[in-house]
Amino acid sequence: MAASVGRICRAGLLKSPHVPTINQFSSLSTTREWTKGRKALLGTIGMLAGGAGALLLALDRSVRASDLELHPPKHVWSHSGMFSSLDHASVRRGYEVYKQVCAACHSMRFIAYRNLVGVTHTEEEAKAEAEEQMVLDGPNEQGEMFKRPGKLSDYFPSPYPNEEAARAANNGAYPPDLSYIVSARHGGEDYIFALLTGYCDAPAGVVLREGQYFNPYFPGGAISMAQALYNEAMEYTDGTPATASQLAKDISTFLKWTAEPEHDDRKKMLMKAIGIFSFLMAITYYIKRMKFSTLKTRKIEFRPKEK
Amino acid sequence: MGFNETVYNLIFKRTSTMALACVASAFFFERTFDLVTENLFEKINEGKLWKHIKDKYQQ
Repeated sequence: MAASVGRICRAGLLKSPHVPTINQFSSLSTTREWTKGRKALLGTIGMLAGGAGALLLALDRSVRASDLELHPPKHVWSHSGMFSSLDHASVRRGYEVYKQVCAACHSMRFIAYRNLVGVTHTEEEAKAEAEEQMVLDGPNEQGEMFKRPGKLSDYFPSPYPNEEAARAANNGAYPPDLSYIVSARHGGEDYIFALLTGYCDAPAGVVLREGQYFNPYFPGGAISMAQALYNEAMEYTDGTPATASQLAKDISTFLKWTAEPEHDDRKKMLMKAIGIFSFLMAITYYIKRMKFSTLKTRKIEFRPKEK
Repeated sequence: MGFNETVYNLIFKRTSTMALACVASAFFFERTFDLVTENLFEKINEGKLWKHIKDKYQQ
């Protein structure tokens, strides 16, 4: 690659700019044969399209600037790197936070206990977690629904039977399902972290209704979820000091995992793809050079027709 | 007889041996490549994967 780039540059640097060359290039242009009217028409269309694009961009930017919303700062997560996996100890602590704090209002309908096996829990632990909850199953032989302890194949229990019940219990605000929340919000895990740690007193002029709280990171500022994470709000089983920011960091990592369970495999696959494709690139380049070698070492002679 | 000639006569000369060589080398290449990348990935993420922390939770 370097050799051919050098060759191109050297040729370009050594060649003196001929005026005939420039003429030749200009004669390649197809716009010379256009009529004046056609040139004017196409020019106008181009300017209008460019202007419309610029206007749309400007409108989009101005809308963002006028939002009553603070954009979350970017944090350096332990999984931010190109090849960095999730911190599974943190994901495990995040599950504890979800179970003890978030699960009181938020459902997680798309994650089953079996998904925890080999990610945050051993099979026995995941089974024990599942058995803690009672699941409605049935019908049995009498046609009645019955309750049974959860199994690995059961999904996480929802705190409310349906959206209406959730709204009725929360002043009309629906606590969103948290399964894919990191992918569903601008800013991803940075947003979740900023939202959970960003509660503050409402500034003067902001009117909050009954059951609303102020959070600058929430679009609009008025959020119906009260601050949930405080220092020592719960205890970790692994003895990590449960500060509010630690809780927020762990739940954000956990939610990142629930939204992208394939995260680690994807990054491992990226590594393999880079390896294989750089190998294939090298082979392709070699074959190209080989095939072109006959063409490039050939001499072409121009002989004018003798009269 | 040099190395290249030996290889040519034994493998590349016949389509049957050539095809066999392709399949065999693909098998070994894939195994080694997978092992190398997986080890590298685990080295980069030392202490973060489930594999590294599971001993804490198993009885």
